[in-house]
Parts: sequence; C-alpha cells; structure tokens
Amino acid sequence: MGKTQLSKDPYNMVVTGVGGQGNVMASRVLSNMLIRNGYYVTVGETFGASQRGGSVMSHIRVSAQSVWSPQIPKGRADLIVSLEPVEAIRVLEIYGNQKVKTLTNTRPIYPVGVISGELDYPSIEEIKASVKNLSPTAWFIDATDQAIKLGNPVLGNIIMIGAMSGMGELPLYREDFKEVILDSLPEGNLNVNLKAFDIGASMLRKQDGAVFDVS
Amino acid sequence: MSFLTDNREGIQHLLMGNEAIARGALEAGVNVASGYPGTPSSEIIETLARVSGERNLYVEWSTNEKVALEVAAAASFAKLRSLCAMKQVGMNVASDFLLHLALCGTRGGMVVVTCDDPGALSSSNEGESRHFARMFEIPLLEPGDFQEAKNMAKWAFELSEEIRNVVIVRSVTRVSHASGNVKLGRLSQTQRHAEFKYDDDALETYEGPAESTPVGHKHTLQQEKIKKVAEIFEESPFNTYHGPEKPELLIITSSVCNLYTKEAINLLGVEERVGLLKLGTTWPLPPKLLKRYLSTTDKIMIVEEVLPFLEENIKILAAEQAKEIGAKTFYGKNDGSIPSVGELNPDLVVLALSKILSTGYMAMPSEYKKRFQDSSFVVVPDRGRTFCPGCPHRASFWSIHNALQMDNRKGFVCGDIGCYAMGRLSCGFNTTKTLHAMGSGTGLASGFGKLAKFGMDQPVLAVCGDSTFFHAVMPALVNAVHHNSNITLVVLDNSGTAMTGFQPHPGLTVNAMGEEAPAIDIAKVCEAMGAVVEIRDPFDLEGTRNTLNRLIEKEEGVKVFILRQGCALSPEKRHAKEYDMRIDEALCLGEDCGCNRLCTRIFQCPGLIWDREKNRAMIDEVLCVGCGVCSSICPAEAIKKEEVA
Repeated sequence: MGKTQLSKDPYNMVVTGVGGQGNVMASRVLSNMLIRNGYYVTVGETFGASQRGGSVMSHIRVSAQSVWSPQIPKGRADLIVSLEPVEAIRVLEIYGNQKVKTLTNTRPIYPVGVISGELDYPSIEEIKASVKNLSPTAWFIDATDQAIKLGNPVLGNIIMIGAMSGMGELPLYREDFKEVILDSLPEGNLNVNLKAFDIGASMLRKQDGAVFDVS
Repeated sequence: MSFLTDNREGIQHLLMGNEAIARGALEAGVNVASGYPGTPSSEIIETLARVSGERNLYVEWSTNEKVALEVAAAASFAKLRSLCAMKQVGMNVASDFLLHLALCGTRGGMVVVTCDDPGALSSSNEGESRHFARMFEIPLLEPGDFQEAKNMAKWAFELSEEIRNVVIVRSVTRVSHASGNVKLGRLSQTQRHAEFKYDDDALETYEGPAESTPVGHKHTLQQEKIKKVAEIFEESPFNTYHGPEKPELLIITSSVCNLYTKEAINLLGVEERVGLLKLGTTWPLPPKLLKRYLSTTDKIMIVEEVLPFLEENIKILAAEQAKEIGAKTFYGKNDGSIPSVGELNPDLVVLALSKILSTGYMAMPSEYKKRFQDSSFVVVPDRGRTFCPGCPHRASFWSIHNALQMDNRKGFVCGDIGCYAMGRLSCGFNTTKTLHAMGSGTGLASGFGKLAKFGMDQPVLAVCGDSTFFHAVMPALVNAVHHNSNITLVVLDNSGTAMTGFQPHPGLTVNAMGEEAPAIDIAKVCEAMGAVVEIRDPFDLEGTRNTLNRLIEKEEGVKVFILRQGCALSPEKRHAKEYDMRIDEALCLGEDCGCNRLCTRIFQCPGLIWDREKNRAMIDEVLCVGCGVCSSICPAEAIKKEEVA
C-alpha cells in the first residue's frame, strides 16, 4: 500500500486539456505510477474523433478498495489538472465542489470560434479569478513556457506531472515516474523527462488551503 | 515488463479494456486475429499485432469487417483459435457472413469482439450490436469491468469449442477505452496444427464441408447449442449478485452500467435497500437464475445503454414465469426511468434510483452553483472540433469549397467516414452535405449522378479516404462507372487509416505485423474501372482548384481526383516541420485589408491566430506545424514561409 495515504477513497482526479496536448499520455503515466503503489486505479477517457481540437478529459479514480466507474460523478472531483486554462473552468462547472484543488497550465489554446472572431477568450487574469473562486486551493504554472525552454512544448505534460508530485497530495514518486517512463519510452528520452519532472516538482510545494500562483 | 509477455500469474497490470481482451485471447492461445480499425475497438488487433512474432500469431487488418470475419472463420475451420474485432458498425458489415457462420458452426474456438459506442462519442451513430446475438442465435458475453474483459475473452474461446459455435463478446467505449487493474493468468503454451478436414458427409459439422446448408438440419443443431449455452450460463461466475436477500428494488444490469450502478448505490447509501444483479452472460439469458432473483422482490429496474435489450428479454422471462414469481413493476427505458438516447453515467442512474426510492441527492450544493452566476465569472468559449494544424483535409476542403463556389451551379459533396466527416463543419467550410455509412458517399453520389433525367443539374461530388476506398467505396464506384453516373470522387489520400491511429490498409507497403506487403494503387484501380483519374498535392491550392473545376465541368462519366498528402499526425511527419512561418506585420493590413480576415475568420487553422491588440494575424509557435498552406491564402502576401534548414 502507498506510503502517502489517500485523503479520500476513491480519490477522484480529472486531467483535462485540448486534443493533441497529450492528455491521454499524461493520464497513463500518472495511473501507472499509482498502480505501482498497490492501488486500484480506474481511468476513463475518450479517444478518436472527439480528440481533434476538442476538449478532452481523463477521469482517474484511485482506491485502496476496488475499481470504480470510469466516469466520476458530477460535483465529485478532488483534484483537477488542466493542461489549458479555460478547460479548468469547463471541468469545474461540472465536477467542482467547495474542496476541489486545481493545477492549471496558463498557456491558452484558442478554440476555432475564438480564432474566427465569433467567441471571446477571457484574459488570463479573469480566468485565474474564476478558477480561484471555484477552487480554494488553486495552483497556476506556466508549464508550456518552461517546456519550450527545454526544447519541446509537449514536455509541458511532464512538468505538470512533476508539479502534482510536488503537491504531496497523492503517492506520486520520482522513482516510479522513472520506471514508468523507462517502460514506455525509448531510454534516450529519460533524462529530458526527468528534468521536466523535477522542474514541475520544484515549482510546487505542499501548501494547504492557499491560492498559489507560480506562473 | 510488458503485459503481453509477462507470464507471472496473479501479477497486476493497468490495462485498457481492449488490452485486457487481447491478453485474454493470448491466455486462450489465439492463433489468428483479424479486424478493421474503428474506435473504440482498434487497440485489440493493434495489441495482438505487437506480439505476432513472439507468440507466433497471424494478425491482419482486413479490407473490411466481413472479410475479417471470413479470415478468422477460415482459421477456426482449420481448428485454430481465432478472434475478430470490430466496432458496432462493423457488425452490420460482417453480419451477412455471421448469419451463415452461426448456422454452419465453428471448429477451433472463435470469438467476435464488437465494441459499441453508446452516445456516439466517436461514431456517426450509436448502433446496438447485442441484437445480432439474439437475431442469429449466438451466445453473448458482456464484461462488467477490466478484469472480466480479460477473463471473459479467454473463457469465450473455451465456450466456443464446447458448443462448436462462434461466441460474441460485446464491449463499449467506457470499457474498451477505460483502464483498470487486471490480474494476469498464464499465457497459453498450446501449439495447434492447421488442417481443414472436409471428407466427412455434409451433415457432419466438424469434419465435413463447412456449409450453412442443409438449413433445416443445421438450424436444429444451432438451436440445440443455444439451449446448452443457457444451461452453462446458469452457473457462470460472470453473473454476480450484491445486496440483501430480499431487496426493496432489484437492479439488473450488464457491461459498464454495472460500475455506474454500483457507484449510484454507494452515492445514495442504499446498499441495504437495493440488490444488484450484474449479468455477464446476456444472451441467451439463464432462466433459472433470473427466476430466482426476480422472485426476491416486486420492483425491478434494468440499467443498460442504447436499446432495451435486457429489459425486453427479462420481461419475456418474467411473463413466462408470472404464475410462480408474481406480477412485477419494471423500471427502465420503456417507462422513461433510464434515458433511451446517449450513454449513461453514475448521475443518470442516481437520478432514476432516487426517484424510485424517494431519496434526495444533490450533486453540487446550490451555494457552490451560485458562484457560476457571479458577475466576474468568465464565459468559457465553446471548443468546436477542428482539423489539426497542417491537416491536408483543411487544404482539400478549401479547394473543393472554392471550386464549387466558382462553378456556381449549387454543386454538393457527399461525405463519408473518417476525420474528413468534419467536412460538414466550419473547419471544412461546410462542404459535405451527406454523412452515413462507410462508402455511402460514393453510393449516394452514384444515385444523384443519374438524376439529370428529372431535371437535376447540380454537379455531384463525393469524398472518401484511402482506407475507406478499399473498405466499401470500390463496389459503389464500379456501380457509378458501369451506369455512367456523372460524378467526381475526390479521394483524400493521407496514407493510412489516420483517424483510428495509422493502421495500414491495402494501399500501403506494410501490413499489420510490420511485414512488407504489395500495395494496391488506387489510381490504377480507378483507371482499370474506366474512370478519368487525376492526382495532385492538396497543399497546391490553386492547382487543386483548377483541376477540380475542369473535372466538374466534364459532362459525362466518373472522374476520380486523388489528393495525396500525408496526415499531419503520421509518424513520418509528426516532428518534421517543412517551413518556418511568420507574419510580415508591415504587409498584414488587419481589419482594414478588405479580406475580412480570411486567414482566421474563414481558414481557421489552430496554428494561425489573431492578435487583437496588434490587429494582425499571428503564428502560434506551439501549434503551427509549418505546412505552409496559409501563405497561399493571404491576399496581401503577409504570411511568409521559409524552408526549414
């Protein structure tokens, strides 16, 4: 059983973003890290056409007891991890509650309706204010910008996973991350992934009940 | 260690439902696996293909599902174990052969896996494939979680060999594409030798000719088999019950609805009031087992997705046994307790359950909901689906749309199945006007193209992808050529079955197992049929439009226009940027240009955005893949491309 006890069972996590951001990959890595600590993990996600530029979501349920529904009940998320800022709000409106924690990447991806000028994309300040209003513990990090510095924006995912590890909220350990990456990627990619993980982890420290903006 | 080769019994892996099914097949010693890609089924064949060498399997992506089923049946006739996987629509394609196969019977264990898509998350319908089991008198299994997906797939082969007939395993998106803990069993070490025996007399189904005739004899045998299956199902460990001995309400469910219902009971805290009978063997239903549980209470709720399959079959059993078990009140789809359209989730089951039990439930406290109404709360913009940056379909539809505008005779395009089905949306400039089954675009066009006699003078076009071309377009195209239908078929050839993850198809030089394969040239096939054929790169917008206009203007016969450019997500193109793109801000005239922001308002590539402060177009460096197409659309020539060194 895990070294970090779950604060709730099942612990419900939503990983959200936009098709093409590597949402599925991130949820797979996280889930494989968790299963290594002896938990039951249930992951629900959608693939295929629903991914093309649309909003995507993975639901991850962590439990010491059993598998659970691959869809989290409405209003029952414990942690929402968003690879794109407005997607955090979209998920909070369905799965949020007074205790939910959020980790948000601040780099926007504009919907086609915004690109065409039919819709407005809120400013990052407005987005932050709304996320904070719905989530008493809200972290914001500029994962994509940090990833670009590392040479590949896709590493933004790994920075987010590192940041989740830094929260101390779940049993997500560096050693497990390393093993999971070694299992799923060619060995040459390990160092840059570990570097991204460490950057993420150092951006967050456990700090309960606070709004924490490191973007 | 990969779950595909891990032979340590009892070790747990996190497996996707489809991976669990593949693992189950490996534990059963599957020899041959075939299928046609389709979400949410594709990972079953993909997973088996990965170990085809190591486990000595033959795995293929067949031309279509009917052929896939025939390929798998041949293996069964030669006493090998075989699996055939497809999505729900594939069952329709395969059904003609499936009917005959079920009548004929099988030899080596044979399993058909169908993955339905309730809610049409990745489909153009939410078709229900369970009825094929009843219609064709075939045993049906439905896994209720990931462990069962593996165990059931394995057991299905044993059941198939015991009754000498094909067995259907039906999954859904939320099982196939969800993941959970799966305890492994041992991999099969059995070697089988393939031989098709046919010397026995025609009535013999095991070593005689493999035929569905004589029908009377074979149908009788088939019905005896299904009776035996009902007996076997009475004792199946896949049918489980949790709850009190005499529940106030009995819920009967199957598949992923089992997990939704379990969750709903937990959320409402009604474990003492409600019994949950989860059925894994859903056709034929085991009558004694059902009688036993139906006797425990008067109120029955059936929780299932899409059509009321369980509900109707349970009601028949209840009617037959009414004298002994008494009258029941049923809750389900027919009385509106459970929605008849769309997929279910825990909340929908909670809603139904709380009404029947008169308990309250609040998913979200109203105090929290109020926060959404705060004046400072932002409006979240909808995120419509779109083609990826660098997608050749955007360029193709741009040219098709413009060619039809220039032609100005109200021409239209019949759509087909693939990412390019989004040709009907604004990202495809609302170009396609019909959307149905695989290959139906060309079939419909063939029909529209013969309506001149009745005064129709609109140009008729169809689009199809390269994989769809082989799957179902070829017969429709033969029909169009033979009947001299006046149509233009645009083949959007992006070199793979792109939407489902680049599975190979007959037009490519590699097969599912990674071996070299002879490629079939679409252009030559079309020429041999007698069509006029032109080929172009859709990234050449002007050349594409001109050629298309020329083809549309031809008065007679079938024209095929092949637009060849690889998918932007293909492994070959994924990390290879051809051009560095930039906006020359001195040339971009912003809103004053008179182009009405053609680049962003109309073209709508996610990699090309509008900087509202500067009033200029802007490249999103993270998303732009450098295809260079947008440089051809700017009338002010402000979008510059430079070859990547």
